[in-house]
Amino acid sequence: MPQGDYIELHRKRNGYRHDHFQRKRKKEAREVHKRSQFAQKALGIKGKMFAKKRYAEKALMKKTLAMHEESSARRQVEDDVHEGAVPAYLLDRESTTRAKVLSNTIKQKRKEKAGKWDVPLPKVRPVAEDEMFRVIRSGKRKTKQWKRMITKATFVGPSFTRKPPKYERFIRPTGLRFTKAHVTHPELKCTFNLEIIGVKKNPNGPMYTSLGVVTKGTIIEVNVSELGLVTPAGKVVWGKYAQVTNNPENDGCINAVLLV
Amino acid sequence: MEIDGAIEQQRELNNSVMCQLSDPEGTPLGPPLYLPQSAGPKELVQMVNKLLNNEEKYPYAFYISDQELLVELGSYLTKNKVSVEKVLTIVYQPQAVFRIRPVTRCSATIAGHTEAVLSVAFSPDGQQLASGSGDTTVRLWDLNTQTPLFTCKGHKNWVLSIAWSPDGEHLVSGSKAGELQCWDPKNGKPSGNPLIGHKKWITGISWEPVHLSAPCRRFVSASKDGDARIWDVTLRKCVICLTGHTLAVTCVKWGGDGVIYTGSQDCTIKVWETSQGKLIRELKGHGHWVNSLALSTEYVLRTGAFDHTGKKFSSPEEMKKVALERYNKMKGNAPERLVSGSDDFTMFLWEPAVSKHPKTRMTGHQQLVNHVYFSPDGQWIASASFDKSVKLWNGTTGNFVAAFRGHVGPVYQISWSADSRLLLSGSKDSTLKVWDIRTKKLKQDLPGHADEVFAVDWSPDGEKVASGGRDRVLKLWMG
Repeated sequence: MPQGDYIELHRKRNGYRHDHFQRKRKKEAREVHKRSQFAQKALGIKGKMFAKKRYAEKALMKKTLAMHEESSARRQVEDDVHEGAVPAYLLDRESTTRAKVLSNTIKQKRKEKAGKWDVPLPKVRPVAEDEMFRVIRSGKRKTKQWKRMITKATFVGPSFTRKPPKYERFIRPTGLRFTKAHVTHPELKCTFNLEIIGVKKNPNGPMYTSLGVVTKGTIIEVNVSELGLVTPAGKVVWGKYAQVTNNPENDGCINAVLLV
Repeated sequence: MEIDGAIEQQRELNNSVMCQLSDPEGTPLGPPLYLPQSAGPKELVQMVNKLLNNEEKYPYAFYISDQELLVELGSYLTKNKVSVEKVLTIVYQPQAVFRIRPVTRCSATIAGHTEAVLSVAFSPDGQQLASGSGDTTVRLWDLNTQTPLFTCKGHKNWVLSIAWSPDGEHLVSGSKAGELQCWDPKNGKPSGNPLIGHKKWITGISWEPVHLSAPCRRFVSASKDGDARIWDVTLRKCVICLTGHTLAVTCVKWGGDGVIYTGSQDCTIKVWETSQGKLIRELKGHGHWVNSLALSTEYVLRTGAFDHTGKKFSSPEEMKKVALERYNKMKGNAPERLVSGSDDFTMFLWEPAVSKHPKTRMTGHQQLVNHVYFSPDGQWIASASFDKSVKLWNGTTGNFVAAFRGHVGPVYQISWSADSRLLLSGSKDSTLKVWDIRTKKLKQDLPGHADEVFAVDWSPDGEKVASGGRDRVLKLWMG
């Protein structure tokens, strides 16, 4: 950027170049392409900042276009009848708590009648015993190998007390014990952090179910009282089944999908 | 031992308490009396009837410092450790002579609406039922056969509110398109063209009381565009427009002294006079939208000249006279009280005729207060809030009495039974609950709706309850 006015002085004294205006016009026409090239090439923080600025410009342009399209003629009150009628006291309120209202349990009753639950993950990879357990050596000479430590996530329950360490065959390390699960509602697509009540079934075997091991595909029971569900008979629903969708020992958390 | 027994007996007879009976407004009835401690509510009822020289024995309930007296005086005193030295003030409250049976079962589920039912109202004599819905129709239902009677088509958008005239001759409904339509309830036909004037949707409708003008001609409607309009059904036009609110008017009530109260989203309540539409008073105090208003005489104004005896009237003048008698009896000497519930989680109790400052501020709710309602005898105030509880307050002083918890979702609407002994609440969790005022506990749980319950109403003769909601069916409940 010129710091003085020498350019203007020269222009006043000598005039413009013969092709100055043509070149200026063509250069400005090329600006658009140059900007787009830069937007596509720029990497890293530079690219991000430019993209943000460009987006703001785009939004502003859209708004001005919409403003110009608005006619100045008085518009009639909207005629079409919308769905989802609400009474007058709910009209000005956003239904942010709509996420907590669940679909009615008629679907659930139909499923119960059919007698089968179609779970989101019908098949899971079987977990081998040597993957699940790690051998712990014990004894004075470290020769005894009857103890096993579970290497997967477990749920033990609030009233759990260990057996005396001398007789305990399966060790569940506290670092791998979980009490809460991130449960997603499949229709509303929102996730809640709910307490686990118990492990219902582990697909790898009844032994793992009784130990409380939580792997991918396990059906767990979660406490849904914070969702405020009510059965048609008027009773409050506080426990529902959910199926685990991730490998908790790799992620450090249990993600599950609610079975509705 | 015999002697000890005799001494004990004497001691018991000597144990009496100085009591002063007074009515709910504070005026004492008779001189202070020396009552034995074995006296209970039954003996007190006899005494009050004699002191008031009643021909029939009316039932009364007794309250000592806002707690109901259910046992003998002696046990009450020992339980609460009240000293015998001071004069005990016992407040007596007349109870309704008739008793309403609580509703327990759903007698009918009537389908008919194709969209959610937004409002439900019984006629003042309890013989007819109307409901407005999101499918733009108003439907009239036959209560004897529990089937649909008429379908009133004519609105362009959702029917948000309906109101019966206190003489039962007219039914008016307001829609989201800002138009009002008057229907003839006998044949379900519109009584004329839609009344247009509001620019946005109608939030509430209230008729002029019968004792001020019979037959009923005028009603006031409130709208989101910020003004309230007074309409005349015989002239079929808007007579006065009450402008002044800067935001939507959420509720409107026509008071018994001939003033109109409007509550608005601009946090104020305005009091208007009805002959010229001038603003009399502005009641400020709330911190957020005013959601709902209730008057202490509201039930009497709604039912007009009809009461639980089910009498029919021959002429409008007779209706006016009877309605005026009922209104004066209900009001007594005290000025009309107004309670307003707001989004700022509190309610105010006002006496608008006396002062523009609130009488009491009623706090305690943890979420916005959606609906407030005075009991038919004006003794209690009930408030429904989005914090899943219904709270009961004293109707004259505004003191908190009890909280009813049991709902698992926001409570939308409440309704009283005609004898003020039972309270009904409908909530987003699809259940209705009946609460007993005497025991302050849940009387009956009424599940059955498949989705949120938007509107509830108890018929003035106390026989039936009607409820409607998002599941599009109208449910009738009976005792």
